[in-house]
Amino acid sequence: MTNVSMTVNGKAVSGEIEGRTLLVTFLREGLGLTGTHVGCDTSQCGACVVHVNGEAVKACTMFAADAEGAEVTTLEGMANPDGSLGTIQAAFQEHHGLQCGFCTPGMVMSAASLLKENPKPSEAEIRDYLEGNLCRCTGYHNIVKAIMAASGQDVSSMAAE
Amino acid sequence: MPKDNGIGASPKRREDVRFLTGRGKYTDDIQLANTSYACFARSDVANGVIKSIDTSAAEAMPGVLAVFTGEDFVEVGGNPAGWAISSRDGTPMHEPKRPVLAHGKVRHVGDAYAAVVAETPEQARDAAEAIEIDIEEQPAVIDMAAALSGSTFVHDEIGTNQCFDWGWIEDNREATDEAIKNAPHVTTLELINNRVVPNAMEPRASIGDYDPGTDEYKLYTTSQNPHLTRLLISAFVLGIPENKLTVVAPDVGGGFGSKIYHYGEEALVLAAAKKLARPVKWTASRSEAFLTDAHGRDHVTKIELACDKEGNFIAFRTETLANVGAYLSNFSTATPTFLHGTLMAGTYTVPNVYVNVKTVFTNTAPVDAYRGAGRPEATYSIERVIDKCADELGIDKIEIRRKNFIQPDQYPYTTPVGLSYDIGNYDALMDTLERRLDVAGFEARRAESAANGKLRGIGINSYIEACGIAPSNLVGQLGSRVGLYDAATVRVNATGNISVMVGAHSHGQGHETVFPQVVAEMLGIDEASIDIVHGDSSKIPFGMGTYGSRSLAVCGSAVVRATEKIINKGKKIAAHMLEASDADIELVDGQFTVAGTDKSVGFGDVALKAYIPHEFPLEDIEPGLEETAFYDPANFTYPSGAYGCEVEVDPETGKVDILKFVACDDFGNVVNPMIVEGQVQGGLGQGIGQAMLEVGTYDADGQLTNGSYMDYAMPRADDMPQMVVDHSNGTACTHNPLGVKGCGEAGAIGSPPTVVNAVVNALRSAGHDVTHIDMPLTPSRVWAAMNG
Repeated sequence: MTNVSMTVNGKAVSGEIEGRTLLVTFLREGLGLTGTHVGCDTSQCGACVVHVNGEAVKACTMFAADAEGAEVTTLEGMANPDGSLGTIQAAFQEHHGLQCGFCTPGMVMSAASLLKENPKPSEAEIRDYLEGNLCRCTGYHNIVKAIMAASGQDVSSMAAE
Repeated sequence: MPKDNGIGASPKRREDVRFLTGRGKYTDDIQLANTSYACFARSDVANGVIKSIDTSAAEAMPGVLAVFTGEDFVEVGGNPAGWAISSRDGTPMHEPKRPVLAHGKVRHVGDAYAAVVAETPEQARDAAEAIEIDIEEQPAVIDMAAALSGSTFVHDEIGTNQCFDWGWIEDNREATDEAIKNAPHVTTLELINNRVVPNAMEPRASIGDYDPGTDEYKLYTTSQNPHLTRLLISAFVLGIPENKLTVVAPDVGGGFGSKIYHYGEEALVLAAAKKLARPVKWTASRSEAFLTDAHGRDHVTKIELACDKEGNFIAFRTETLANVGAYLSNFSTATPTFLHGTLMAGTYTVPNVYVNVKTVFTNTAPVDAYRGAGRPEATYSIERVIDKCADELGIDKIEIRRKNFIQPDQYPYTTPVGLSYDIGNYDALMDTLERRLDVAGFEARRAESAANGKLRGIGINSYIEACGIAPSNLVGQLGSRVGLYDAATVRVNATGNISVMVGAHSHGQGHETVFPQVVAEMLGIDEASIDIVHGDSSKIPFGMGTYGSRSLAVCGSAVVRATEKIINKGKKIAAHMLEASDADIELVDGQFTVAGTDKSVGFGDVALKAYIPHEFPLEDIEPGLEETAFYDPANFTYPSGAYGCEVEVDPETGKVDILKFVACDDFGNVVNPMIVEGQVQGGLGQGIGQAMLEVGTYDADGQLTNGSYMDYAMPRADDMPQMVVDHSNGTACTHNPLGVKGCGEAGAIGSPPTVVNAVVNALRSAGHDVTHIDMPLTPSRVWAAMNG
């Protein structure tokens, strides 16, 4: 067992880990931050996406030890300081971009990363960027719509009705 | 102006806030004190006799608390099939025992034969790998036709791989044969409805807990129906009295059918929790999910459509082989029969229909209901053969369907396969589809595509499904071993806010938002003061859970009935308070009012009075304001729809792009349009996935060759088209109080034939003599169809 220290959602944390402990395991079981999910064992589904030093990372693909000293942001850190939903979170609720909620942490974190790189993505760019995030509930339509809306773009053409 | 409260409004989903802030509570998120961890040892061969299992090395490993094998569960019951089917000759189906852990034989790759419980998940996993098993491997039974003629059996004690040979309706058989023999035209099509893996994004997980002080058990599990799971464990498997077992299904990350069923892992964690007197947790890896979640579909069908030269239908006849896998999962015998054969008349006035289904055991994961459950298989067969027939006769695809539609003045309409459709309007749906897909403009768009070197096709489909399952009286006659009612309790608290305990379970459907809309509408109060409670067998009266698009039609009706009782009692209390007759009291906008006067008392005051019953006429009215209702529907509901899409095929590569998809559904009345649209879009995602990408494939040795997301083609965002969802043609269900029909499965039912019809249409437009391509329509299959 070794000790690891990092900053998670702005708070300094540390804990005992095995060498094989994954970042996602440390977040969920070590810190009780269960907002980050594990949906597969091949780094495909994206339910575990978090930000490490500002970059979107699949937390099931990174050892906790490799995050020593890093700044980590999880879904729990995405709300506004007053606790209200952040822009992307609010857009997901407004446009029904989630159903069961299991893929949602990864979708929100990937969306945040996309909008940082590309503040006004096209629909095709959004669909392409979400290559690493699987959703089984929504058919993706409303996820794409929510991200478009979060970037301040008109989504009236994506109205189902 | 759109409503912002009650029925017809689209309030933001209240469950979203916790999901969007990481405060959801899924089973694996629950961490009880002193938890231990289970890991299963699973067979890596498909069929074999267990000669010996040596657990001694595993037992000696660090942290190991207990090791279980099939031997430990010989005395307990099997996990049963919920529906008894008889063969055409009257013999009952073969129903081999499905044990908690494999005993004597392993029957599919992933079949669990042992389980380790240890202090940590890693120790449990390490020890499970140290269990030594000696298996005498037998040839795998995989192909269904070969399974029926072969001499290797999945269950040796049965001596056949056929579970049953079912005819529906047997009395139709001769007349249908005769009609087909004498028909001016018969179209025949052989097709495969491909096996799909459900892939709810949350893998299954279970936590068993046991309190030796009270002899009470608690199971947290990823279930669509916690009461049914409790019933199965209590009455069939472990024999734990129902009053000593609580089953909690907390937030559940999707189900699509795969979490209806009771699985052996749930029994194991409970038995282990008792033995160790501490919580035992198990969470499936995605690999385990691929190997052990009940899969869907997997039918091989020959369908014949007989008609006259003008395309008037005379008969449908089908022969289907339906895979049930290695064991009978709980609804596996109902899905290919009464959820499939009864729908084989579609939306059409066809006088003769006969359906034959042979179910086949194979050394593969069990197959059971997956979103749509039997109805997608029926729709696919019917709607594909109609397209082929139209091509053969040179009749327009929409015209041939309209020509045979059941007309609005024919309801109630009894089909030759035993259902009585209560209401619908298929021409109206087709009218809307033609408009929203701009069918009239298709040829111009086809010409544009051709100018770009692409083949454009259009696909049309008309579906019907039987939802709101189901009338217990009817399904009981048909072999169901369970009733299919639902229940709700409305508890008005003294301060006027309300808890509604519902038997339905929400795992993405938004019940926490929708059910309060119904109660708010009826009571005339703000829905924000109403919460629902679901998923905990100790808190809700009873429930049959959520599947078959039944939550609102069945449980929602129970909510209505319970709320009506609340209103009736509230009127009595108000009458007492207002010194009037309760017959004169009306409830309007949350006020109990003496009709024709300005005397009234608010709902909140009545609630308070119910719990502070000073000067109460106790001989007439009990204190308290809480009512329960069980609702058993009079009939199925019959959602229907017209779907259409346009595709472009690249003739060089066979790649298919779906350019536009339009779904026009009749769901009856709609309580929350936003959620209904989301449900349809999600169903379309899965149906398009089945049509374009997905197939669970076993090789001849019984290995699932695509058991991970590296290999199994899940639909991704860039595989999905924009979707137009229209539900403007609702015809209210005639027999439930809300007039609702159910919307959860429609997309998955209506979309596969729509896509395949469009691709075949595109290829035929370029002169390719293609009549059918089996799903999924991968570029290689489409290219091969074009290039022989």
